[in-house]
Amino acid sequence: MKFRRIVRPLFELSLAGVLAVVVLALLLWASGYPIERSLSALWSGAFGSWSIIASGTIVRATPLLFTGLAVAVAFRAGILNIGAEGQLLTGAVAATAVAMTVSPTIGQFGAVLALAGGVLAGGAWAGIAALLRLRFGVLEVISTIMLNVIALNLTGALVRGPLQEATHTFPQSAMLTSAFRLPRLIPGTRLHAGVALAVVCAIAMAWFLRATASGFRLRMTGANPRAAFSAGGIDVARVSVTAFIASGAIAGLGGAVEVTGVTYALYENLSPGYGYTAIAVALLARLNPSSAIGAALIFGALESGASAMQRDAQVPAGMVGVVEACVILVLLASEWVGARAGSVRSFLWGGPPRTAVQAEVADS
Amino acid sequence: MVIPSGTNRSVTARALRLSLSAIRRTYGAVTALDGASLKVAVGEVHALLGENGAGKTTLMKIAFGLDQPDEGAIAIDGEACTFRSPRDAMKRGIGMVQQHFALVDAMTVAENVALGAGGPFDLGRTVAVIEEISRASGLPLDPAARVRDLTVGAQQRLEIIKALARRSTTLILDEPTAVLSPGESAELLAWTRRFADGGGTVILIAHKLREVLSVADRITVMRRGRTVLTGLASEVTESSLADAMLGASSSQPESATAPRAAHSIENTPVISLTGVSVRDSMGVKRLHEATLTVSRGEILGVAAVEGAGHSELLRVMAGRLAPSDGTLVAPAEVGFVPEDRHRDAVVLEATLTENVALRGAKSRRGVIAWNAVRKTTASLMRTRDVRSDNADALMRTLSGGNQQKLVVGRELLGAPAALIVENPTRGLDIRATSEVHAALRAARDDGTAIVVYSSDLDEVLALADRIIVVAAGRVAAVAADRDSVGRAMLEAQ
Repeated sequence: MKFRRIVRPLFELSLAGVLAVVVLALLLWASGYPIERSLSALWSGAFGSWSIIASGTIVRATPLLFTGLAVAVAFRAGILNIGAEGQLLTGAVAATAVAMTVSPTIGQFGAVLALAGGVLAGGAWAGIAALLRLRFGVLEVISTIMLNVIALNLTGALVRGPLQEATHTFPQSAMLTSAFRLPRLIPGTRLHAGVALAVVCAIAMAWFLRATASGFRLRMTGANPRAAFSAGGIDVARVSVTAFIASGAIAGLGGAVEVTGVTYALYENLSPGYGYTAIAVALLARLNPSSAIGAALIFGALESGASAMQRDAQVPAGMVGVVEACVILVLLASEWVGARAGSVRSFLWGGPPRTAVQAEVADS
Repeated sequence: MVIPSGTNRSVTARALRLSLSAIRRTYGAVTALDGASLKVAVGEVHALLGENGAGKTTLMKIAFGLDQPDEGAIAIDGEACTFRSPRDAMKRGIGMVQQHFALVDAMTVAENVALGAGGPFDLGRTVAVIEEISRASGLPLDPAARVRDLTVGAQQRLEIIKALARRSTTLILDEPTAVLSPGESAELLAWTRRFADGGGTVILIAHKLREVLSVADRITVMRRGRTVLTGLASEVTESSLADAMLGASSSQPESATAPRAAHSIENTPVISLTGVSVRDSMGVKRLHEATLTVSRGEILGVAAVEGAGHSELLRVMAGRLAPSDGTLVAPAEVGFVPEDRHRDAVVLEATLTENVALRGAKSRRGVIAWNAVRKTTASLMRTRDVRSDNADALMRTLSGGNQQKLVVGRELLGAPAALIVENPTRGLDIRATSEVHAALRAARDDGTAIVVYSSDLDEVLALADRIIVVAAGRVAAVAADRDSVGRAMLEAQ
C-alpha cells in the first residue's frame, strides 16, 4: 500500500526526468548543438540558484499544476476534457474583468474576488461542453478543443476592445492594481500565494478522491459507469457533469492565479499552451493529484530551462516540447508493453500481472 | 399465418448446399460444439433448434467464418473449404443476419448497403441495386431513409438486402423473429419460404416450435453441442421436437427431482407486480402486464428463452428499470446479481474493498470509513470463501468464480429483503457453482425472497421452489418439472 502510493510515483517521476535529459541529449547530438553547454544552460535555467528555482521553475510549474489537476479529475471521472487551455483563459479573462470593474478600495479581498471570478468562469466554460454532451451527445474531446479556439480568440478580441489598456496601443489589459495582486510568499522572488494554493488544491483533491463518498462515486463512474449505476445506484450523468464543471473551475482558477500572481495583466498569449501540457502532466502523474505536483515541477523545470537554453546556447525552445512528448510516449508505451508482459509491468509499476479472463461462452 | 405447406418440400433429392461435419469447438475448458453436424440442401428452409447454449450460434458462426472449428469439415456445394473470415464465406455466397444488427444509425439505407458491398461508392448505382433487389425479393425498403428512423423489422430487411447485394444465395438468420412483432414475424417467415422456393437457401435459428413447423422444410435439433435430430418438418411434431431439445428426463440432476427441503414458504409477499409492462426504446412492448408476487423465504425460478422479456422483468423487480405501466411494490433496496459481471457488477480496476463499498454508494455521505469497509470485505472473503491475498487486491486479479462469490456476498450484505439473480454461475467451475448455489439457499432459509433466472434450465429446476416461465413477454406459472417448463418456454402444446 505504502509502496504503491509513495515509492512508485517517485520512482516513475525520477525515471521520467532522467529519460527527458537522455532524449534531449540525443536530439542535441543529432542536430549538432553543443551538448554540454546546452545541458548546463538548461540546468542553470531550471535549478541554477534558489531564486531561479523559486521564480522560474516553481512559478512556471504552478499553472501546469492547476491545469494538470483539472485534466486529472476529469479523466478520473471518465471525461476527456482537452479544454483546460480554454478554461484557463476564460478564468484569466474573468479575473481581469473583476479587477477592472470592482473598486480597488476593496483592499486585499479584491484578489480573492478575482480568483472567485476565475473559478466561476472556468466552470461555466466547461459547463458548455458538459451541457452539449448531456443534451446532444456531442463528444467532449471535440467540443472542448473548439471551445479552446473560441476562448483564445475571445481573449484576443477583449484585449483589443473592452479590456484594452487606456492608451489603446497594446493588445493587453491595464495593469492590475495592488488590491487584486496575490501577495508574495518570499519577498524578492516571484513566488506568489497562488503556488501554495495549487499545492493545497492537489493535496485536497488527493484526499477528496481517496477518502470521501463523492470522490469514490467519481472514481467508480470513471472506471465503469454501468457497474456504478447497476451495483451502486450512482447517478452517473450527474456525477460526470459535476466533475466536468469542477475540472473547468480548477483550470479557471489557474488562469486567475496567473493574472493576479504573475503577469498582473491579461495578454492574448498569456498561456504558452499550459492547458495542453497539462494533459502530459496528468498522464505522467497517472492521474494521481499528489504525483501531479512532481510532474508539474518536471515540466516547469524543462520549460524554464528551455528559455535559458535558447538564450545561452541558441537551442530552439521548441526542442523541449519534443522531449516532453517523447517522455509521455515512452511512459505510455512502457505501460502498454507492460500490460502484455506481466513481469515487466510489475517491475516498472509494481502492479499485479493481468490474469487471463476466463473465456465465457455466451452462446444463445 | 398463411404459408403454403406441403408444396415443394421434397428436398431429399436435392444437392447439398452446405455441409458441416463433426465440428468440434472448445473455449478453454468449455466444449461448445462436440461433433455437431448440419446438412442443408439447395432451395430449402432449414430450421436449427436447441436450448440456450446448445451451440446453434457457435455452429453458424463457424459456417459464416466468424469462428474457426478445432476439428471438423466444411463443404460448400460438395467442395471442401476453410473459412478464415466472413469474407471467405461471403465469396461462397453465404450471408448472415445476426441478432444484433451491424448498421450505422446515422446513415441511409443506401449508404449502409454500399458500406457492406465494398468498392467505390456510387450512390446512383447502389440505389438502383437496392430497388432491383427490393422488387425481385419483395422486401420493401426506401433507399433514402435513415436507419435510425426505421422500425426493427425494416432494419432486418435492410440486413437481408445487404446480404443479397453481396450476391448471397444462402442466408443464415439468427433468431430473426425474436425482435419482431407477430405481424412482422409472419411476413418474414413467408418471405423466407418464397426465397427458398426461388432457389435460395435459408438457415433459420429459432426457438419457437410453431413458427419453425409452419415454414421449415427440414429441421435439425442440437443439444449440448451435438446434433441430436435431423428430419423433415412433415415427420416431426412440436412434442417430438421438444423432447429432442430438452433431452431424456434421465439427464435431470438429482436435486431437481428430490423432494423440496422441509422448510415452508411463508406467505408474506416481498415483491409484487400488478399489470407491469415494459417498452424498449423503440416502443416495442417487451413485457406484457406481468402480475406476480415473490414471498419471503422462497426462491422463485424464472425460465425463458433468449429475448423473451425475462431480462426486463428481472430489472424491474430489482429496481434498475422503470416499468412503463402497472404497479410495482418492492423494498427500497433490492440486491441484484446481473449476468454480465464485468460490465454491470464489478469495477475490475478497483480494489475488493472498493467493490464492496459500491453497494449503497448512492447514499453514502461525507468521508467513507474505509477501515470498516475493509473489515467487512475481509469477513466477506472468509465467509464466502473468496480466494485472494487481501481486501486491497484489485478485482481484476480474481478468478471469475471468486469475483462472483464476492458479488453474491456483497448483494446479500445486511440480509436484504429481496435478491434478484441472473445467470449466477455462468462461466464458473463446478465447485464455485455449488458454493454460489449454497449461498442462495442459505439466504432463502434466512428469509430473503430470491428470484433466479438461468439460461440453464437444470439450474432453475435445481434451485427453485416455484417456477414461472416468461415467453413472448408474458408470464405464466408452471409446474416445477422439466417437461412442463421446457414446453412452456418453447410455447409448445
